[in-house]
Amino acid sequence: MSGYIRIGDSRFETHITRPFPILPPLIYTCRFHGMRSKRSVKCKEPLVKILVCMKQVPQKDAPLKLNEGGTWIREDVSYEVNEPDAYALEEALRQREKHGGEVVVITSGPARAQQVLREALAKGADRAIHLEGDGFVTLDAFNTAKAFATAIKDESFDLIFTGLQSDDYGFAQTGVILAALLGWPHATIIMQIEKSDSGIRVKRELEAGFFQFVDMPLPALLTIQSGINKLRYATLIGIKQAKNKPLKKVSFDEVKLTLGENLQKIEKLYIPQKTKKTEVLEGPPGEIAKKLVDKLRNELRVI
Amino acid sequence: MADIILVVVEQREGKLNRVSWETITGAQAIAAETGWTLEAAVVGSGVGDIAKEVAGKKVSKVYALESAKLEPYTPDGFMAALKPFIEQKQPKLVLMPHTYQVRDFAPKLAAGLDRALISDAVGYKYEGGNLRFTRQMFQGKFAADVSFVGGPPYFATFQNGAFRGDQVVQGDAAAPVETVNVDVAEGLVRNRPEAPFVEAKQAVDLTQAEIIVAVGRGIKEQKNIEIAKQLAEALGGEIAASRPICDAGWLPMDRQVGSSGQTVAPKLYLALGISGAIQHVVGMKGARTIIAINKDAEAPIFEIADVAVVGNLFDIVPPLIEEVKKAKGA
Ligand SMILES: Cc1cc2nc3c(=O)[nH]c(=O)nc-3n(C[C@H](O)[C@H](O)[C@H](O)COP(=O)(O)OP(=O)(O)OC[C@H]3O[C@@H](n4cnc5c(N)ncnc54)[C@H](O)[C@@H]3O)c2cc1C
Repeated sequence: MSGYIRIGDSRFETHITRPFPILPPLIYTCRFHGMRSKRSVKCKEPLVKILVCMKQVPQKDAPLKLNEGGTWIREDVSYEVNEPDAYALEEALRQREKHGGEVVVITSGPARAQQVLREALAKGADRAIHLEGDGFVTLDAFNTAKAFATAIKDESFDLIFTGLQSDDYGFAQTGVILAALLGWPHATIIMQIEKSDSGIRVKRELEAGFFQFVDMPLPALLTIQSGINKLRYATLIGIKQAKNKPLKKVSFDEVKLTLGENLQKIEKLYIPQKTKKTEVLEGPPGEIAKKLVDKLRNELRVI
Repeated sequence: MADIILVVVEQREGKLNRVSWETITGAQAIAAETGWTLEAAVVGSGVGDIAKEVAGKKVSKVYALESAKLEPYTPDGFMAALKPFIEQKQPKLVLMPHTYQVRDFAPKLAAGLDRALISDAVGYKYEGGNLRFTRQMFQGKFAADVSFVGGPPYFATFQNGAFRGDQVVQGDAAAPVETVNVDVAEGLVRNRPEAPFVEAKQAVDLTQAEIIVAVGRGIKEQKNIEIAKQLAEALGGEIAASRPICDAGWLPMDRQVGSSGQTVAPKLYLALGISGAIQHVVGMKGARTIIAINKDAEAPIFEIADVAVVGNLFDIVPPLIEEVKKAKGA
């Protein structure tokens, strides 16, 4: 399709917009998925095709250790889906339930990252794309966005959702750069998405309890904030069905040529230096409780 | 020609966002160490007064990038203003505060110029002619020194609190202000933002609380919130929470502390099972005394705690409630 600019094109001024119904707004057949995939139903709602970018990150409670070179963590930890990405997936599933269409999930990372896609398929995503390889782990946000743009160049999505940032690197950039590479408008830190006459109307979270509605045309990329919805669990049926859903693999070699050199480099990873003097209380719980109360009463004078 | 550091300050609805002073303080320090020239820019419509305000600080020049189409803020509009400006001025380094607005356009701007953005830095190091930025990784569990590869311009954003805004150096005389009229082509701006608003009025005002007991995900289950409430009650304080607790609906939104919740400064902030992510910390680091109970000795919350209790909150909180009650009864 013509909506894509050349990867690496830095002009980003290309504007291709589509009205919300990507198919003619007639009555047409829309395929539902999962159990009903062989049945066709008539529906009036426009279809919407959504890509969700997801990342596997170390589990929140996992004790992280540095590797020998002090350049990255030791990889022998447990992983889970990056939290805002889980909300992004949930939002995509809800939009599909409302408007019909398709939800595709994509991730980049080593073989272990497939777990994130499997879970997403079990929750209801229709198909998955895995950019598989160790080489993806150390890509900066710019290159990850380039890899995704390359992997989806023959697709035509209406919406792309990403989590607003990842718990590992915390760049908060990949989604915005992907939108720029595609020449699409974007909005960040999204807490609500509605269809509008000309496209979508989204609610952006601003600082200190403020929000803002933004109208935007499609296709568009949104970075999703945790808490936008309530997450669902995968059902047993979902887990079973996931096994038969398509999962496409893309190797590092297939996208390598569209990537550039990483333009930022982690020289050293280390445990942050403490800046404040902290008193550490130790002992059995009962004793700690006594020490704390003594402090609250005699030093802080709050009781 | 001397190398230039360009700080893009932030304005919203005609007012300078004070966090911009922190970025200028940081930039002044880098300028002093490197000998580079510090300039600033403000983008918007009718931003001359803001430019003048910034020109009172120790900077060499301030640019006001003006167009009626730059108000309200949109990423397309800011891209149209800043990209050609940076291409023309060729600064070595472009610095911005890591605000929600900057997060929205800076990655697009840097990528549009084929350059990298080191986002959310907490400091910098200049050693042997090499400039590196320090940023948090893994939600503050580690720090990383990050360098740029390739040529300038280099883009970096500073985290809220990375430098002290009240330490910004005043200028000897006002710096010159130059207005640059920006051409934003018709139809270029695609997003149509509405005015910012606050959701339903906050029912609780945590900013007035003297004692706050805050719970995080370490509380594990909704029913366990009860013990935190009991502790708050025993202490005569308010209950508050980190974001995931409010996202889950275990406590209402108006109990949330942090960058997207309330900013509090109580005499005592007791953090139970909170890891200390920066977005939480910005909302409570002003507390006079911070006591943190966390089972992970490496939890970032301990970096800012005055008193650290490494242990299981479920073991420590029940006897603590009893001791507080005893002390109060006595
Ligand atoms: C744009 C943006 C805005 C945000 N705004 C906010 C905000 O306003 N407020 C906010 O809080 N967050 C905010 N966040 C989220 C923030 O980044 C963190 O994800 C969040 O603060 C983590 O909450 P937590 O510490 O409760 O959970 P976790 O990070 O999961 O930490 C749980 C902690 O509990 C400890 N623990 C577990 N079990 C026990 C036990 N039995 N006893 C003792 N300790 C235990 C663990 O060691 C861990 O340190 C925002 C994020 C973004 C990107």
